[in-house]
Amino acid sequence: MMNNNTPLLEMRNIKKEFFGNQVLTDINFTLDAGQVLGLAGENGAGKSTLMKLLFGMDVIRETGGYGGDVLINGEKVNFATPFDALNAGIGMVHQEFSLIPGFTATENILLNREPKKRNIVSEIFGDRLDTLDYKEMNQRSAQAIDKMGVKIDANMVISDMPVGHKQFTEIARELSKDQLKLLILDEPTAVLTEKEAEALLDSIRGLAAKGISVIFITHRLHEILTVCDKVVIMRDGYVVKDVPARETDVADITKWMVGRNIQSSAQTESKIDPNAKTILSIQHLWVDMPGETVRNVSLDIKEGEILGIGGLAGQGKLGIPNGVMGLYEAGGKVIFDGKEIPLNSPRVCLDASLAFVSEDRRGVGLLLDETLEWNVAFSAMQIQNKFLKKYLGGLITWRDEKAIHDVTQKYIDELMIKCTSSLQKAKELSGGNQQKVCLAKAFALEPKFLFVSEPTRGIDVGAKSLVLEALKKFNRERGVTVVMISSELEELRITCDRIAIVSGGKIAGILPATESSEKFGMLMVSQVK
Amino acid sequence: MSMNDNKGGGKRLLDLARNNSVPLMFILICAVCIPVSGFSPAYLLNEILTRMGRNTFLILSLLIPIMAGMGLNFGMTLGAMAGEIGLILVADWQIWGIPGIILAMIISIPFSILLGLMCGNLMNKAKGREMVTGYIISFFVNGLYQLVVLYMMGSIIPIIHSSIKLPRGYGIRNTVSLLHMRQYLDNLLAIHIGGVKIPVLTFLITGLLCLFIIWFRKTKLGQDMRAVGQDMEVARDAGIKVERTRIIAIVMSTVFAGLGMVIYLQNMGNLSTYSSHTQIGMFCIAALLVGGASVDKASIGNVFLGVILFHLMFIVAPSTGAKITGDSMIGEYFRVFISYGVITLALIMYETKKRKAKGKAGQMLQLAQSEEDGQ
Repeated sequence: MMNNNTPLLEMRNIKKEFFGNQVLTDINFTLDAGQVLGLAGENGAGKSTLMKLLFGMDVIRETGGYGGDVLINGEKVNFATPFDALNAGIGMVHQEFSLIPGFTATENILLNREPKKRNIVSEIFGDRLDTLDYKEMNQRSAQAIDKMGVKIDANMVISDMPVGHKQFTEIARELSKDQLKLLILDEPTAVLTEKEAEALLDSIRGLAAKGISVIFITHRLHEILTVCDKVVIMRDGYVVKDVPARETDVADITKWMVGRNIQSSAQTESKIDPNAKTILSIQHLWVDMPGETVRNVSLDIKEGEILGIGGLAGQGKLGIPNGVMGLYEAGGKVIFDGKEIPLNSPRVCLDASLAFVSEDRRGVGLLLDETLEWNVAFSAMQIQNKFLKKYLGGLITWRDEKAIHDVTQKYIDELMIKCTSSLQKAKELSGGNQQKVCLAKAFALEPKFLFVSEPTRGIDVGAKSLVLEALKKFNRERGVTVVMISSELEELRITCDRIAIVSGGKIAGILPATESSEKFGMLMVSQVK
Repeated sequence: MSMNDNKGGGKRLLDLARNNSVPLMFILICAVCIPVSGFSPAYLLNEILTRMGRNTFLILSLLIPIMAGMGLNFGMTLGAMAGEIGLILVADWQIWGIPGIILAMIISIPFSILLGLMCGNLMNKAKGREMVTGYIISFFVNGLYQLVVLYMMGSIIPIIHSSIKLPRGYGIRNTVSLLHMRQYLDNLLAIHIGGVKIPVLTFLITGLLCLFIIWFRKTKLGQDMRAVGQDMEVARDAGIKVERTRIIAIVMSTVFAGLGMVIYLQNMGNLSTYSSHTQIGMFCIAALLVGGASVDKASIGNVFLGVILFHLMFIVAPSTGAKITGDSMIGEYFRVFISYGVITLALIMYETKKRKAKGKAGQMLQLAQSEEDGQ
């Protein structure tokens, strides 16, 4: 007999570390049947890891499992695969769509759980030759869609659907599972229009009334307040707050989300010169970068400043430099130093003395199998004909190995790149040192304008401050304008003069770096119309 | 408003023409060649029907791997080899006529399954490059086939009749005569209407395979194959065994190709031991593409249209060529040239279509933005 007081889900002292990095520490909370729990927190706060852990994803086991207990209906569980979690009644709707594009909604809702009819052939060759029972399939999908409370066309092919309906199809798929007790929604409203989002919130309330519990992860805090019974706020792997939704408001949640040592950081000597001329003007830019779509961004960057671009993951901050530099398809107008720069042509950007340190350093940034010398000098050699010697009146050009060696050695010393020699291969360096090589490569171009995308991603604290210092020095000493894109607000506040926050593919606002964290936090979760 | 509609209609027509440019091109070529060649309609019809009976089954065997997202199965050559081994053994045992044909088919099946399993496993290791992998595997297995037929038959595998053995005592001759089963399948139940022979039984068998494919699409396995073909990762997350499903698709294709090869060769009446299978995959794939199929989409309609157009061109091209240039070799030249050309064209069109679809996302973004600005 089930005790009515036992919560449906209980997390007890959950701990998880990735390669010595503590990402979850002492997570405790409970969730009753029919309750809606809102989970809020910045990127990297540990929300996704916690949900992966609950859902039994492979990555958790492969990285050494977790500490603490997950209890469902008071019984300890340990899921080896997501299928175990599904059987226990947990359903999860992921951020990325997991749908077959050429199938109808019905076929997707019942994917691999289709009702079947036996026939003569399947009696002999096994049940995979059972025919599908289309009538039953239509009924079951109609039931699931009804349960959700949002109308979608069950016979429409996924690839023809608007994004919102795809999301609803995924939710209907979870609902069609009879054993479903707990539904995890990971940022389901990020891709929805306002109307669709409202419909989804209604349907979440409907589900809760039917006794299904929901864990609702979103960056739109007002949604949490409208639909959730309780809010759990995570920061840096800790649960910092666990409160009933009606006892809090957006300002409080934002404060708890970003509130780490507010008094620290924020550089003091930030210089904002109102008279500086605009060096790069971005007008009505759109970029089709998968997962980082940019919509109608206009942004003026002043000569000599360090501008930070921040925002939550997937909101489009990475799309801006990638679009301007021509790595992803883009449209709109970009004016650099009074001249218009055509989009979709990386070469022209480089010729115009713009440089880009990509967030994808292993893919775009480095020649992994080549020496440091080559990595540092390659772009300058290709684009600006530097480090070349000419013979026979320019008929033959030869690499100037000495000049290449000298410049590489200079940057190795300056940036303190840890390597055996300037002839070591780039792939043999650690992540932080690879990042420094990427910077050296951009510095060697001696650009007038530098985009730096996620310069500290995946590198340790020591290397981080060195990289940031180098950027700052490069800006202050040589007068190079720098635009730095980063997910970490604190590091932007240390380094930049002004910070633009991107939300939903648009600029939510630009503030001086000295503004308080809360103000930036509000911008991050705001909805830009 | 009405102008917009017109524009839409015209655009739709243009899209239709663009999407079916290959079949249209062939219809055009045939329309020009038929009058020049001077063949009578009865002769043409007779030839087409014969060739449809001969070839359709083989081409149908290509449909299942396309459904499973494995592209055009150049590996069907393996099935063709299995069918040939069946026919060589049957010819040696002197079992002729319908029983011989059936026995050859039965013998081919275990070989096809074995080769299909190997091919499927290799393709699973080279996901996304199934076509070129299949193509190269077919060359490799051709070597194995030669080893068996040229050296082992007669020395290790007993071959009784010297008529099919090489004079040196082992190995099979370049051609094996299948005179005693030539068109036995076609002639049984055949109907003659006004000098045109309709091979009813062959058509019935082909029709049965069509029905099987239509039915198969509605089975759980068929549904799984379609899912795997469109997105392997999503299918895997849903609990479908992706690798196993793909192997089954290739095994089925190989088995059908083996049966199809027996039907093909009984119609021809002789077997070129070392070359019958070498280009069969190429020609079947070309025919399917001529029918309007693409790397990721093919229907039974594509098969029939393709067989008719492709063979019609073969029939009329040599005599048209001879009439125009005085050289009948031009027709054979055309055959090979067009086959490779069509395959190249289809592969390029597939890639450009994919790129276009990608560019479309950008257009949508721009559109949304300009609407927003307009408000």
